[in-house]
Amino acid sequence: MVGREKEDKIIPSDQELQKIQYLRMVKTTKPKPTLLRNILGAFVFGGAICTFGQALIELYKSFGLSKVDAGAATSATLVFIAALLTGLGIYDSIAKYAGAGTIVPITGFANSVVAPALEYRREGMIFGVGQKIFSLAGPVLAFGFVTAWLVGLITYLLI
Amino acid sequence: MAATKKLGKQTLALTNPPIIVGTSSVVGPKEGQGPLGKNFDLVLSDSLNGEKTWEKAERKMLRICCQKAIEEAGLTQENIDFMMAGDLLNQLISANFTARDLGIPFIGLYGACSTMFEGLALGSMIIDGGYANHILAAAASHYDTAERQYRFPTEMGIQRPLTAQWTVTGAGGVVLADSGRGLAVTHVTIGKVIDLGINDPNDMGSAMAPAAADTMIRHFIDTGRKPSDYDLIITGDLASVGRALTEQLVKQAGYDISKNYTDCGILIFDPSQDTHAGGSGCGCSAVVLTGYLLKEMKAGKFKRILGIGTGALLSTTSSLQGETIPGIGHAVVIEAYPLNTQ
Repeated sequence: MVGREKEDKIIPSDQELQKIQYLRMVKTTKPKPTLLRNILGAFVFGGAICTFGQALIELYKSFGLSKVDAGAATSATLVFIAALLTGLGIYDSIAKYAGAGTIVPITGFANSVVAPALEYRREGMIFGVGQKIFSLAGPVLAFGFVTAWLVGLITYLLI
Repeated sequence: MAATKKLGKQTLALTNPPIIVGTSSVVGPKEGQGPLGKNFDLVLSDSLNGEKTWEKAERKMLRICCQKAIEEAGLTQENIDFMMAGDLLNQLISANFTARDLGIPFIGLYGACSTMFEGLALGSMIIDGGYANHILAAAASHYDTAERQYRFPTEMGIQRPLTAQWTVTGAGGVVLADSGRGLAVTHVTIGKVIDLGINDPNDMGSAMAPAAADTMIRHFIDTGRKPSDYDLIITGDLASVGRALTEQLVKQAGYDISKNYTDCGILIFDPSQDTHAGGSGCGCSAVVLTGYLLKEMKAGKFKRILGIGTGALLSTTSSLQGETIPGIGHAVVIEAYPLNTQ
């Protein structure tokens, strides 16, 4: 039967071998990620956000705030702007080009809290917004707490 | 009793080929701006479709699509023996709630993105077997409902990889009848679930290609046909990456489909629409079939096509638990009948 031979080609007895061959085929067929473009985008947008943040710090200091207070005011301002842009549906369009440039600064954290809050508004305030608001930022908070606790413990033991 | 209508291992040759008497396609605004935009019966002006939630919008789209298909067939809801429909949302809420509104005896289907072809295949078998006169098969998906269920909130700022696909907002429906004039479903090949170890949920084309290729090869073996026996071979939503892989896999088995093979996910969007690899979702193959392929067949452009609905059978839970992504492909042969001489 002609069909038999063909069947043997598509389903070799060694399924693992078939998987390895397929993964190799996928690797050569898949488009390569545009790494250089992504890195450049992240550098330009991330750098711009940080430069803007520095300008804000200087501005707040010129208003007479202390260095620590100016830093806190700058964080609040950046969070506000990111939240506003998320609400207006602009943030994700910028992030498409910026990548890590808009994720790593505090603006990324604001976006990851506001986006689920908007998304789950339709499931109600308690089980929608309340329950899902930290669904993306949650891991950052959880491991942030763990790290802070560890650093605190080390500081306490050494000093 | 011998299974007299079965060819080979997985293919059925329908001796009383069901006729496609009504079709309908409803799509979202992005799909309406795509290359096939003018072919669709209804293009929504916004993705909420006058509703409060995207889920409601999806089922409204499906309901309108079902009603339009029944209307085009010149029938009423009472004439339809069974409705077979599915979608991507948990517990099939779009299909189930639509069936609640329509009141037609209902069979819910989940074949992930292969649902339209799964419905066509099963509906055709039921009619061919003499169990029904009219069957409605339909499927729907919505970009925003799928995105929030499978991935991230829509306003989340992330970069999508180049292999990612865009879930089509759309619903397609077909009314099959035991008699009449028009296009006919002549063969069905039921696919196997195949998993070659792809675990990236952002690369569904690669996950589904082996299943599509397996069903296609099985169809050729079972029927003794060659790729050139078809005017067009089309898969559901493999998009550009999956299409290239399918072509290579089928070639390894000795069949050259490079001349007449394409994918619904490639046809529905233009590269300038920034969807990356192309379209996906139940709605993708459903609206390309009903809005484009069947219309072109009626116009005489294609006489016989082999359509393979493809589905990635993953869930968010299975992905998080590190499972690989199984795929499935169901094939259906549609012919301009009885022009066909075979």
